[in-house]
Amino acid sequence: MVIASYVFMIIGGLFFLLGGLGVLRMPDTFNRIQAGTKATTLGAFSILIGVALANPVWDWISKIIIIIVFIIISNPIGSSAIAKATYNSKNIPDNLVQDDLKERGDK
Amino acid sequence: MEWMDYVVFSLMGLGILFTVIRLFIGPKLSDRVVSLDTFNMIVIGVIVVLASVFESNLYLDIAMVYAILAFLETVVFARYLEGKKDGNR
Repeated sequence: MVIASYVFMIIGGLFFLLGGLGVLRMPDTFNRIQAGTKATTLGAFSILIGVALANPVWDWISKIIIIIVFIIISNPIGSSAIAKATYNSKNIPDNLVQDDLKERGDK
Repeated sequence: MEWMDYVVFSLMGLGILFTVIRLFIGPKLSDRVVSLDTFNMIVIGVIVVLASVFESNLYLDIAMVYAILAFLETVVFARYLEGKKDGNR
């Protein structure tokens, strides 16, 4: 159980490291949004599961389930809000292949 | 197996270092908002691992409140960014 919890924690820490590296190294804003948000969602999920395996008591597991559900709901909403605000504030990179929001007409 | 905690903390600390570098050098305002979002998620992970290290239940409550405040901060910054039509410095 202890080894499984540390494996989950190491996987989560690696995903956090990759999220930070993606935010630092990606070329434009939309790539940074994608790298920073998806990697940290999976990293937080994995670290919370690791902590729940390290302390298999009910009053830890209930709070951890609440945090996991809240993160799964709130993190994509936040990234979508940032992406829409970035598009609407005219910060669009030059090398877009397809721009569906522009073709639809409403901003 | 106590030393594995140091490995996890070093990985998360490197992630925090990268996001803080992007927070300082980010050319546009939206890059800074993205790096703040990532920074908040990594800090939630650090608080949860601290709860496991100190074996105290209260840190999970702190992580919960921090997650709610981080989500509110992201949404409020996105609304502020949407209002700036001119260019985002």
